[in-house]
Formats: sequence, C-alpha cells, structure tokens
Amino acid sequence: MRGDQINLQNIVARSATTEPSPQVRHGGVEEVTKLIDVSRCIGCKACQVACSEWNDLRDDVGECVGVYDNPMDLTPETWEVMRFNEYEDEQGNLEWLIRKDNCMHCEEPGCLEACPAPGAIVKYANGIVDFNSEHCIGCGYCVAGCPFDIPRISKKDEKAYKCTLCSDRVFHGLEPACVKSCPTGSIMFGTREDMHELAAARTDFLKGRGYEKAGIYDPAGVGGTHVIYVLQHADKPEIYGGLPEDPRISPMVDAWKGVTKPLMSAAIGLAALSGFFHYATKGPKEEPEDDPDEEKASEAREEDK
Amino acid sequence: MSHSNRERGILRYRWWTRLNHWTVAISFVLLVLSGLALFHPFFWSLTGLFGGPIMTRAWHPFIGVFMTLFFVLLAIPLFKDSLIKRYDIQWLKQINDVLSNRDERLPPVGKNNAGQKLVYWIMLGCVPILLVTGIIIWRPYFAEGMPIWLLRFSVMVHAYTAFLAIITLVIHIYSGIWVKGSIRAMVQGRVSKAWAKHHHSLWYDEVMKERKQQPAAKDDSSARPQ
Repeated sequence: MRGDQINLQNIVARSATTEPSPQVRHGGVEEVTKLIDVSRCIGCKACQVACSEWNDLRDDVGECVGVYDNPMDLTPETWEVMRFNEYEDEQGNLEWLIRKDNCMHCEEPGCLEACPAPGAIVKYANGIVDFNSEHCIGCGYCVAGCPFDIPRISKKDEKAYKCTLCSDRVFHGLEPACVKSCPTGSIMFGTREDMHELAAARTDFLKGRGYEKAGIYDPAGVGGTHVIYVLQHADKPEIYGGLPEDPRISPMVDAWKGVTKPLMSAAIGLAALSGFFHYATKGPKEEPEDDPDEEKASEAREEDK
Repeated sequence: MSHSNRERGILRYRWWTRLNHWTVAISFVLLVLSGLALFHPFFWSLTGLFGGPIMTRAWHPFIGVFMTLFFVLLAIPLFKDSLIKRYDIQWLKQINDVLSNRDERLPPVGKNNAGQKLVYWIMLGCVPILLVTGIIIWRPYFAEGMPIWLLRFSVMVHAYTAFLAIITLVIHIYSGIWVKGSIRAMVQGRVSKAWAKHHHSLWYDEVMKERKQQPAAKDDSSARPQ
C-alpha cells in the first residue's frame, strides 16, 4: 500500500485544533480498513493474544466467571475482546455469535471531537484514529465522545488507551497483529475498496447459505468506520454483544462541542468588551459627594468618628 | 475636599463576609481560567498558568470543591438580604436608567439592589449544578463508575452552567469597577453615608434608625475593626 508511512503531513485531523491540517498532499494515500467476518470467527482469541504481544500489554490475570468472555470488558491494557453471544434464530436454532470488539476507527471520530488537548487524538490520511499519549491529559472526554464505548483510562498513568489498528505496523507496510494471527481468515486487512469487495462477496456467500439478512456493518452515522463487520444478521447488530444499530456522535456531545463552543467563548469576550465600552461611553457611578452644606458635612464626619 | 473617603462610614460587609467573598472570588477566577483552558483550544495556553495541561485538569476539581465550601459560608448570611422585593422589580424595569447613570429616577432599594440579588440567585443555582456535574465527570475518582449517558449529560450541563456563571461574573466584576466605592466596601468593609444614601437608601434609613435607638452600640461597632 502506498503512502502509509509515518509522516506528520499525513495527519488529516487533530483534536482541539482550529487551524487546518496539512492540505498539500492528497490522493496518494489509500484508506485502510480491517474487515472482521463474524461468520468465520471460531473464538480462539489468538488475536487478543497477538494484540497484547505486539503492543506490549500484560493485563492482570482475571477471574473466570463461567463464560468464555475473558476479560469481560475492554481495559486500558486490553484493547480488544471477543464477545460471545448465544442467539436463538427464528427456526429455534442456537447460534454462537462471536464478535471481536475494538476501536472502530470512525471516519468522524467522537473521541477526537470531544478531546480538549490539542493533538492528543489524531486521524491519519489512511483513516486510522490514534491516541497520542504524549499529549493526553486524562480528562476522559473521549469516553463521553465515543459512540462505541471504547476508550479506557489507565489507573497507572491516567491516560486514555484503545486499539491503534497497529498504526506502527501499518506505517511499515505490515498488517495489524490481530490480522496476522487469525487462523481462519476471519480478520482481513487492506484498502477500504478491497475490504468492501471482500465483504460483499462474503455477504453473498452467507445469503446463499440461508442467512437472508447477512450484511456489512459500516455505520453511516459516524461517516463509516475503518473497521467493518460482516454479520449474519445485519438487521440486528445489537445481538452481537450490543453493537449499536445506528451509532452517531451523541447530540449531547454536539451540543457541548459544536458551534456553541466558539459562540460561548466569543460571548464571554464580548461581555467583557461591552463592559469596557459602557464605561467609556456612560462613565462610572462616582462616589456621591457629602452634603454640599459644609456645616452639615462636617457634622456628619464628626458623628462618624 | 469634602469627599466621602474622609468619613469612616457605615459598615457594609463584616470581616467574615469579606474573607469568604474574596476566597470565593479568587477560587472562582482560577476555576474560570482552568476551565476555559479545557473548554476551547483558544484558551489552551491558560494551562501554562497551572503548571501544564495535566496539572490544570487535576487541580480544577479540587479548587471547585474548595470554592463550594466557602460559597456556602458566604451565601447563608446573605440569604435574607437577597430576597427579591417589589421595588427590585421596579428597579429592574428601569434598567436603562441604571445603565445610563440616571440614579435619581430609581426607586429606593435595600441593602442589595436587584442586580446584586440576581448575581446571588444565579450563583446559588450554578454552584450546586457545577459541583454535582463536576463530581460525576471527575477523573480518576468518580467518573469511572458512571454510565456514559450521564457523563455526556454532565459534561454538557457543566459547560453551559459555567458559561452562565462566567457571564454573571463578568457583569459582577464590571459593576464593581463601574460603581465607585463598591470595591472599597468589599475590601475595607465600609461605605460613606452619602454612598449608602445614594445607592441603598432604604438600608441607609434602617442603619440610621438603629443608630438612633442604640447610640451605645454604634460606638461598639465602629471602635473595633470589623
């Protein structure tokens, strides 16, 4: 793949930044996408291990609570988990749906919109959304911003963590560690176009096998994602461990971070400025003079002593 | 040289009120500066005042809790003087006269005018909201256990409430600069009789009436620093 090398000019969006990103380079960088074909996943968790291995993460050993999910949720040191779901279809057949849950690398990332620290969250030209821990202040706004409940704040260093889509590997022309480790070809990686083609082929295959509602999960509400799923039941994404049906940046996050943010900032400046101009035009309320009658005034002062 | 400054004047704010007011004021300004830094990138450089962005994020909530404690101490004794009266409504209706310094047209008011009372009530509304929403989003201590919808709601409400409080603060500070003698009242505690009569004549009448009734008490109150 061309143009996916490390290069600061390939940062196309940057958190808490009002200036435009570099504009000159364009056209050469192809957007990447990770395709997770849930229908081919056997739940071996090789990807989870590969993720920990490559990213040098060693989460605490947890406890078995009687289900296959382990750990039960994402943590600052577990950037992907397999979510196991038992689903009974219309015919009464039991289906074991296993979804690999990790950052979706949204085209319009809610975390990036919410982040107050300039450059702590960036999006590269190839579509990867990355946390730059160097600039992270640990406020947790990204947690509120994310429509998929992905970022986790570490108790060790109070910084936010999530899947990087192995941006370091991808920059050097390698596929993400999870893709490399998958024994069934359930996780594929390539250009966005190629992955959509592959996903369409897989969807057709599943439809041929009787999964009439098979489809691609690439939610438009966040501008599409750079991690897409092939689902047997694309009409019911929520059965796959609570995959949101129509994820979008919450209106509350928009109300907080949208146009109101510059408007309120300007209003505060204007308030101060109008105070100054009021003073300059109307003048102050001066200290009232004492009684003009000298005798009464001195009487008042006398009384006051 | 018959200026009122030569008078010792009437005690308007006792030391307890002054102490609490300025503790709240200083904390509030620090909260505004650190809060704005995290609100819009335009204000990001304010993080430098607090020793960096992470320090800003970490200190802001502690200052907030500190301020709330002193705000409560400040607000309780001011409660009675802040109840809105009929003449306050009339005063507000004549806000144009207020702004144009046509003070002679204004109705006589008590110890606080309607503007001061509004500041009181707006802040009394804002501070608890800011405290509760702030605690909900406070990392690393409280936010971890909160549902995401609540984090979103709180962070939004916190921003809007802070906006209202900051605008109120700007007006409040400006009023102090605009109405000569009021900063001195809050710093040193006293105002001249002429000032009291001019700006708060009902309160002035009350004070004078009390002085006539208890001439001994008057000596007490002016002899000791308050």
